Amino acid sequence: MTVAPEQVDVLATAREQVLERGEGLTESQILEVLELPEDRLEELLELAHDVRMRWCGPAVEVEGIVSVKTGGCPEDCHFCSQSGLFPTPVRAAWLDIPGLVKACEQTVASGATEFCIVAAVRGPDKRLLSQVRAGIKAIRDAGMDINIATSLGMLTQDQVDELVDMGCHRYNHNLETAKSHFPNVVTTHSWEERWSTLTMVRDAGMEVCCGGIIGMGETLAQRAEFATQLASLNPHEVPMNFLTPNPGTPYENYPVVEGAEALKTVAAFRLAMPKTMLRFAGGRELTFGDLGTKQGMLGGINAIIVGNYLTNLGRPASQDLDMLTELSMPIKALNETL
Amino acid sequence: MTMTVAFCSWCGKSSAEGSHSVCTQRLSMIDPPRYCPECARRMVVQVSPAGWTAKCSRHGETTSPAITG
Ligand code: SF4
Ligand SMILES: [Zn+2]
Ligand SMILES: [Zn+2]
Repeated sequence: MTVAPEQVDVLATAREQVLERGEGLTESQILEVLELPEDRLEELLELAHDVRMRWCGPAVEVEGIVSVKTGGCPEDCHFCSQSGLFPTPVRAAWLDIPGLVKACEQTVASGATEFCIVAAVRGPDKRLLSQVRAGIKAIRDAGMDINIATSLGMLTQDQVDELVDMGCHRYNHNLETAKSHFPNVVTTHSWEERWSTLTMVRDAGMEVCCGGIIGMGETLAQRAEFATQLASLNPHEVPMNFLTPNPGTPYENYPVVEGAEALKTVAAFRLAMPKTMLRFAGGRELTFGDLGTKQGMLGGINAIIVGNYLTNLGRPASQDLDMLTELSMPIKALNETL
Repeated sequence: MTMTVAFCSWCGKSSAEGSHSVCTQRLSMIDPPRYCPECARRMVVQVSPAGWTAKCSRHGETTSPAITG
């Protein structure tokens, strides 16, 4: 008689492997988590929260972001309202230095320790880099004590070095989705090109911020694949976005990711990357509403973007900060390592 | 001078025609105005952490009500 091998529950395994030993789940284990029935969701979120508290602690990193160059991008990322290739209502705009300084002031006023300067470009040209350099200098001259991150697309080694020289401490560049799904989402550049920018950034000593968007037609297996690929990059931070179907883009009629599914994905990513900063980024207002944001903070998330995004609006920063107070989660202090 | 709201600032179509319930919902939740309510031109919109400004080349600039900082 052959005895079927005993099925080990993935959450029991995760408790030992991730919570006790700090070792992330493998791709097949992540998929198992993503396939858990809804009646296990509460248990999953609790575990993800325990893992976050054990390996990252209670502090939450708060960040503000602003777009210095909006719209008119030559790339064709199918989710993006800033692509110049789709008939979206977003018009190209440049933010001047006083505007950038003001945006940074608003971010500092919200208690954030991180300010990210973003541009909708394939990669930065000389004009953009000098604008960013002047912007960072103006922020410093105004006496603002905040970490500055940038997100300017794909980089060359010289551009990486220039950003380090400007004092940019973190670089955001999202892989967006699983490698196997990427060609369905973007055709004007490859996943590998993005990966190469990320490794250059990491090797130059900047903190790597790399995440993506959930809800772009990827399968659960591809979500597991994506989490594994991100884990192998070992980024400092992973921003998690949920698709906002934007008018004029190829994904304008895609459904919004349902709240429970989104929470499950967040928790699975936490179990894949126990020690990485996991940030709630765009799309949480549509996907979760107010209640779900709190559940996410109790389900693996330990960083948020407050206020508005690049082209979309978020809820007022004060609402998020009140929520953190209510949850007894302190805002991460400047220069404190999570 | 009172401003006429002839066009939906989310979809740019006539306010009087069709339903704009999705538009209203998006505007109340996550989107700044994109079309000028007076002439339906696409506006140049700048979002900042605490607000937005939207500029129509013909009808000038509007700023979000709650802009602070
Ligand atoms: S490269 Fe960035 S700004 Fe350009 S289309 Fe892709 S996501 Fe949008
Ligand atoms: Zn409308
Ligand atoms: Zn107008």
